[in-house]
Amino acid sequence: MATTQSRTLAKMMLFPSVTLLLAWMIVPLCMTLYFSFLDYNLLMPGDNEFIGFLNYEFFLTDPAFIESFFNTLLLVGGVLFITICGGIGLAILLDQAIWGRNYVRIMVLAPFFVMPTVSALVWKNMFMNPVNGLFAHLAEFFGATPIDFFAEIPLLSIIIIVSWQWLPFAALILLTAIQSLDREQLEAADLDGAGPFSKFIYIVLPHLSRAVTAVILIETIFLLSIFAEILVTTSGGPGYSSTNITYLIYTQSLLQFDVGGGSAGGIVAVIIANIVAIFLMRLIGKNLEG
Amino acid sequence: MNSSNKSKVVYTILAWTISGMIFFPILWTMITSFKTESEAISATPSLFMFEWTLENYKDVLARSPYFDHFMNSVIISLGASLLGLLIAIPAAWSMAFVQTKRTKNLLMWMLSTKMLPPVGVLIPIYLLFRDFGLLDTRLGLVIVMTLINLPIMVWMLYTYFREIPHEILEAARMDGAGIKEEIFHVLLPIALPGIASTLLLNVILAWNEAFWTLILTAANAAPLTAFIASYSSPEGLFYAKLSAASVMAVVPILILGWFSQKQLVRGLSFGAVK
Amino acid sequence: MGSITLKQVTKSFGDVNVIKPLDLHIRDGEFIVFVGPSGCGKSTLLRMIAGLEDTTSGNIDIDGEDATNMPPAKRGLAMVFQSYALYPHMSVRSNIAFPLKRAKVAPAVIDEKIEKAAKMLNLTDYLDRKPGQLSGGQRQRVAIGRAIVRQPSAFLFDEPLSNLDASLRVNMRLEISELHKSLDTTMIYVTHDQVEAMTMADRIAVFNGGIIEQVGTPLELYQKPVNRFVAGFIGSPKMNFIEVPAKAGDDTHSIGVRPEHLKITQERGLWSGKVGVVEHLGSETFLHVHVEGAGTLTVKADGDCPVSYGDTINLTAAESKIMHFDKDGVTIPSLSWGEERVA
Repeated sequence: MATTQSRTLAKMMLFPSVTLLLAWMIVPLCMTLYFSFLDYNLLMPGDNEFIGFLNYEFFLTDPAFIESFFNTLLLVGGVLFITICGGIGLAILLDQAIWGRNYVRIMVLAPFFVMPTVSALVWKNMFMNPVNGLFAHLAEFFGATPIDFFAEIPLLSIIIIVSWQWLPFAALILLTAIQSLDREQLEAADLDGAGPFSKFIYIVLPHLSRAVTAVILIETIFLLSIFAEILVTTSGGPGYSSTNITYLIYTQSLLQFDVGGGSAGGIVAVIIANIVAIFLMRLIGKNLEG
Repeated sequence: MNSSNKSKVVYTILAWTISGMIFFPILWTMITSFKTESEAISATPSLFMFEWTLENYKDVLARSPYFDHFMNSVIISLGASLLGLLIAIPAAWSMAFVQTKRTKNLLMWMLSTKMLPPVGVLIPIYLLFRDFGLLDTRLGLVIVMTLINLPIMVWMLYTYFREIPHEILEAARMDGAGIKEEIFHVLLPIALPGIASTLLLNVILAWNEAFWTLILTAANAAPLTAFIASYSSPEGLFYAKLSAASVMAVVPILILGWFSQKQLVRGLSFGAVK
Repeated sequence: MGSITLKQVTKSFGDVNVIKPLDLHIRDGEFIVFVGPSGCGKSTLLRMIAGLEDTTSGNIDIDGEDATNMPPAKRGLAMVFQSYALYPHMSVRSNIAFPLKRAKVAPAVIDEKIEKAAKMLNLTDYLDRKPGQLSGGQRQRVAIGRAIVRQPSAFLFDEPLSNLDASLRVNMRLEISELHKSLDTTMIYVTHDQVEAMTMADRIAVFNGGIIEQVGTPLELYQKPVNRFVAGFIGSPKMNFIEVPAKAGDDTHSIGVRPEHLKITQERGLWSGKVGVVEHLGSETFLHVHVEGAGTLTVKADGDCPVSYGDTINLTAAESKIMHFDKDGVTIPSLSWGEERVA
């Protein structure tokens, strides 16, 4: 739908974005790939010999990798599950006629704007601290033993914190989607004798599928590389019980200065992300654009 | 009272309770920031009945150069977002108004770069930054923030631009406008709300970004994310001061976010909801 | 000046030929209408003339100069779009001034031209409003105003009235015709509405499937359509077509009679059938008559026609009003409007 002239122009205008992103992706990635085959440790200056797949072997056979791989899946999956279910519930609630809807919406959205380091710190110290945290006070008030969140259920604690951050986003997107639902459809369903439950299953949920897809896509992009929340709360521990892949590679490369090993881990992370990405792109290719 | 009013009361109570619980951690932090340390860890915490004090804010300001961090955050997030707009607007124009068979794939590819885990490129970027002297500089972070948010900016702008009828731009072309005039006199003014929300969202994302800011900065260019991370231990046990610092880090962006909430939700959903 | 010549012009998107090789000469000062069903290529051709689409092959000459590869702004044409395409962020005044500013016209001259155009189009009171505050008809006038001030060599209209409601459409139709008479500038007008085409055009080009089926004055197209397509497209209600059995020495495959040429008679005529739906419009009545072997025929009768649902009536038509088409749908002139019959 255009002339040759405007097509040439369009190519020129795309050029900066495409080149920059290409460079941002390719250059460091090639370097990472290269380092991943070297025996390269910043603490031990030397020849940085070529050692083949040894770094990969070490990284992949390290029990910490298996553990952090499953932690990553649990973290992403858990947060997605909580935020989408909670988000749908909240969206339906906020869609009802209520007083002060604007204030409610402002309160619900607030956690999305809180920086991860702040929310991690606040939750860690003021709520989940086993001695002085608010939850501990509450438990004592009811005569129960306070939970030591980060020692007993470290990963779940992080899932709770991250879900709190992302629930507003999911809820608001789903609310906007619900509000765009054609009211006549619901009225037609009323005339056809559908109850609230079947209206939800057959009309509301299918209508939300696009928005749910968008939420999954965007959240996954950010959740795969959760970092600050772990660094600030548990530092990955106890043991590796709350370490995800991002954090594992961080400890290996920047704390143990093992560039080779960290790079191998980085490449593994990229491969995992690509698998997830292909899966997601299929999903949105079908659902979001169509 | 009829039944629809009754259900309105029930829903209102439910909605306020749940949203109050979601908002509570922020409210609690705000309140704690005005308490003394001993009151902050009291086993019988009080919501309002305590001595209000500003001591904590004074202490935080005395302990660390808050305003330096604040300025770093402002410069990095605003700089990266403006630079990003400059690069993303032409790209989004191309995709929205001169669509080809490849446009969709290109968009998908751009978004996929966003899925590249930062750890995958952590070491090279760290080393490159070290070699180019970009470690712990604002410029370095502006570059990184621009690049990591570029795909989101392009996509958001694309969804906004796509809603502008082609005919308006064609009319401008018929009226003798060159490409520069077409973009500056016609496209940008019409798309202003969308551009503003793209800018806002990216300021927020950059403001809160806490991977690269923590790794690539030490003292000079450290933004508020790094400032607040320094409270992780053992100062974190001083709840009142931690709260004051948190409030200072969060409130600017919270206010910005509240003002732009409607636009943000629409923009962030990549056009999945209208 | 404003003559436009299309020579062997084609347009394809990939493998799809939207415009097949096409020749057309548009005379200076002429009001020509491109009419046809949707997807027939009429809008694409207009956009090619405007320079908003590339021409795949062939030449477009404007005032004798080859303009095939000229950018739109250089062609000296003005276009009025279906959606008006007003700049929503500018006042009416700025909208009209936009092309003049691009052409670096002096501010005093711009003001003068705007005043003149506004007066002509009854927009004087609205000059400082935004397009969003105007009605559909007013927006349309602003779009026309924006086109007029440039004093283009030709105006291009792309279905300009299709977003207006029916009564407004009739008014705007008159205004555009009026405008053409007073400006005396070439106008190319695209529409899918044959009534607009018939009422406004000096000449009509009927498009179908990327080719021009026929070019001619409204009356020519009505009286002497070259094929079944044109015969069916021009005229309302549509012409009735009836398949006829093959006869030796006669190529006629089907015949066509316009509803207004069918007469109800007492004695047995050419057809007889059962009356179906009767539509009373006051000034006239449309009857849908089911005729054995000929399908449903539409008849345009007098307003006070006493026929009602279920009646059986006889129909006939003057031999001179019956068109004959061969097996390809092409009109057989000798049988349809042969010399002897006109005489």
